[in-house]
Amino acid sequence: MSTTSNPSKRDGSNADAAVAKPSRRTFLKGSAATTAGLVVGFHVPFFNKQAMAQGIAAAPISPEVNAWVVVQPNDKVIIRIARSEMGQGTLTGLAQMVAEELECDWEKVSTEYPTPGQNLARQRVWGDFSTGGSRGIRGSQDNVRKGGATARMMLVQAAADEWKVPVAECSASKSVITHGPSKRTTTYGKVANAAAKLTPPTDVKFKDPKDWTLIGKRLARLDTVEKTTGKQIYGMDLKLPGMLNAAVKDAPVFGSKVKSVDDTAVLKRPGVKKVLRVGDTAVAVVADTWWRAKTALDALKIEWEDGPNAKASSASFAEVLKAGLDAKDAVVGHSVGDARAAIAASARKIEAVYSYPHQNHVCMETMNATVKWTPDKCEVWVPTQNGEAALAATAEAAGLPPAKCEVYKIHLGGGFGRRGATDFIRQAVAIAKQMPGTPVKMIWSREEDMAQGRFHPVTQCKMVAGLDDKGEITGLSMRISGQSILAYVAPQNIRDGRDPVMFQGLNAPGPEASIGYTFPTFLVDHAMRNPHVPAGFWRGVNLNQNAIYLESFLDEIAHATNQDPLALRRKLMSKHPKHLAVLNAVAEKVGYDKPAPAGVFRGLAQTMGFGSYVAACAEVSVSKEGVLKIHRIVAATDCGNAVNPQQIEAQVEGSFVYGLGAALYQECTVKDGRIEQTNFADYPSLKLAEMPKVETVILASGGFWGGVGEPTIAVAAPAVLNAIFAATGKRIRDLPLKNHSLKT
Amino acid sequence: MPKLNVNGKLLDYQADEGTPLLWVLREQLGLTGTKYGCGIAQCGACTVHVDGVAVRSCVMPAAAMKATQKITTIEGLTPNGTHPIQKAWQALDVPQCGFCQSGMIMAATALVKEKPNLTDKDIDDAMTNICRCGTYNRVRAAIHVAAKEMAAAKTGAKPKKVSELGKSVLDIQHIDGSQA
Ligand code: FES
Ligand code: FES
Repeated sequence: MSTTSNPSKRDGSNADAAVAKPSRRTFLKGSAATTAGLVVGFHVPFFNKQAMAQGIAAAPISPEVNAWVVVQPNDKVIIRIARSEMGQGTLTGLAQMVAEELECDWEKVSTEYPTPGQNLARQRVWGDFSTGGSRGIRGSQDNVRKGGATARMMLVQAAADEWKVPVAECSASKSVITHGPSKRTTTYGKVANAAAKLTPPTDVKFKDPKDWTLIGKRLARLDTVEKTTGKQIYGMDLKLPGMLNAAVKDAPVFGSKVKSVDDTAVLKRPGVKKVLRVGDTAVAVVADTWWRAKTALDALKIEWEDGPNAKASSASFAEVLKAGLDAKDAVVGHSVGDARAAIAASARKIEAVYSYPHQNHVCMETMNATVKWTPDKCEVWVPTQNGEAALAATAEAAGLPPAKCEVYKIHLGGGFGRRGATDFIRQAVAIAKQMPGTPVKMIWSREEDMAQGRFHPVTQCKMVAGLDDKGEITGLSMRISGQSILAYVAPQNIRDGRDPVMFQGLNAPGPEASIGYTFPTFLVDHAMRNPHVPAGFWRGVNLNQNAIYLESFLDEIAHATNQDPLALRRKLMSKHPKHLAVLNAVAEKVGYDKPAPAGVFRGLAQTMGFGSYVAACAEVSVSKEGVLKIHRIVAATDCGNAVNPQQIEAQVEGSFVYGLGAALYQECTVKDGRIEQTNFADYPSLKLAEMPKVETVILASGGFWGGVGEPTIAVAAPAVLNAIFAATGKRIRDLPLKNHSLKT
Repeated sequence: MPKLNVNGKLLDYQADEGTPLLWVLREQLGLTGTKYGCGIAQCGACTVHVDGVAVRSCVMPAAAMKATQKITTIEGLTPNGTHPIQKAWQALDVPQCGFCQSGMIMAATALVKEKPNLTDKDIDDAMTNICRCGTYNRVRAAIHVAAKEMAAAKTGAKPKKVSELGKSVLDIQHIDGSQA
């Protein structure tokens, strides 16, 4: 029933990796018996990897205990994971949480994805599939732990029933059930069938965190061996029987249409099957191999009908955004007192304008999807961050009801928000629909991936601080002017012109993305200005630039008023103990009370987002010639409960690569309405040689579940920018850094 | 029919002129462990060995390969992931999404073979592969672990299990500690 299964990594065995799909009929029959909540005894046939490649069913294996847990007679446990694995380790983290409550033997755990279609048919028993906003753990911890605990109670009950003893006398540990008084034991595998027939309990209690044995442990990932042997199958690697390949080109100017296509020469090329239109805006070539499709597409003569967008450029956007900095039509995000009045009445005013460019996610694996369309069924194999949205998009593009569609998720070669969008899925379905009965794998070239991003939004921000005669802040205002992501991806969520996502990290005190400072007066507002370049959620989203704006400007205030940047922050953070704790942890670990090594300078930043508190201190040097070296970064995260500390560290390290690559190099510029950058040659990423040492402190103060995939990105750039100022006296207010000389 | 010598086997293939080795491996020979990331020799996802040397297969025309040149892909590196580099990778949980990792591993295995006593500078110079997930620090640490293990093997030491390799390194990364 899943698209990918990840057997335990320890022995590297791949024997029972199930790449599988349910028979639709069995599945719907099963779902008819579905009641709300956990479903017991529901039987789905599984298929193995080879079988799927050949399109044939393999013999079914053991029934599930409940929606989350399958126990095989040999005691192997398969844990179902609704969220997508894109590198962030969610698969392992979520399995740890189910296994914690299930009390199963971790060594016998593997995982699989249920499909969005099954979720739909089973009244969303697995909850939300979408994987973004660092929600993998925090958005499903309750659900998955309940799944594990319920299954455990059913397994223990089944053993007690068999022994005819009170269930209270039985306990479970590492997949073994023991009857205390008689010391009799049995295993999960032996009672799984009986357990599956029981009515699931409704009164489910979670373990006390102090009794956790798997949550909080530095466990190895479950998907590593396949990723070191080339065996991990990504969307791009799929091969279905009779499959053709497609390359596609969408209008380089967003909003333009195809005027004409001359395909005479291309159709004569070997292996080329078809040249087709995809909606009004794109052209695809279908061929036997992707290389042939891609080279034929490159040779195709396409004329575009460009609209007014073809005149737009990054410079023209910048003008529009600049005007927004003083415009009247702004919507308030968070306001304390009358900041404008306080600033107007202040003895001294500091003002600065910052900006942040468009950026592409550049997932290592370019967008792709494989689709088989027939008049009464549409199946899609796709690396997606949002299985349910993928199913909805499939149904719409296929012209079929969702019940006649299915989406099989595949591990992602990077997501970063890009694969939460469904544009490329619609495209692949539209192509396959013109090739009925033939599976078609559509892959974007890197050039297409660069041109057709769902870009990090572009914004400018005017920061103004009022100071009294002693240099104390009396008011702070932030005017953000620029692009709203929601305006592109979910306009229905904009109420009264307000896109709440704009204010990440600047919100009023609360559990999500709240500001860590108290100013006597404060105002952040947003003038929405949307260029024609489509925006999307981009790892870290708006927290990235908001943290740069606020943390850099606080550094400016500190220097302008001769205060130490740490001391100034501490003074403003006394009412925000969790924010302050991570900052203090960083200061302690980096040795802030002692000077940095000669020639090395420090910069600080802190923020809160995705439910977690983060801070960083960067140590950099800048040569006379202006060559920057980032030597060391100390970072702290308080994510409440730390499910797998070594994976949190991996996310923190990775966040610096992502955030520093963005800060140093990445900018998508627009000329004549289209993106100018085409590949890694003109859109560089951070490389290993540039990567600083990263020291991670995990505070794990408990009591809440914060995300870890994104928040740290937001402190990467401002910590380094502040350190650059300390080193050179140069204040960088617009990115990327490559546009500036650091020569002194 | 033209032939390629891949992972110890002489294989027939059919491809148009100019087809890069990468796409012959992936689409003709079914060796999809080698990845496409850029097609212009920038990212290293397509790295394979040609006679032991790391080569970016996306810009190497298949027709330029002689049947005497030995091509090794990730699938042919070891039968079951037991090269010291692969073991170190497993021990340190290097991969995140994993998409760049075949290329990383092929680059790293060529490096440790060429420079058994490598330094950080050697790693900086050789490991120019792009990883968008940001596994670089673990890549570096794992190369050191593997190089040490390979040096020990030369003195006759028994190869360590993955769990033994990982312990020493993952243990350094205490909850309040730093990365290896
Ligand atoms: S695909 Fe060959 S270097 Fe990127
Ligand atoms: S592990 Fe994802 S790109 Fe390297």
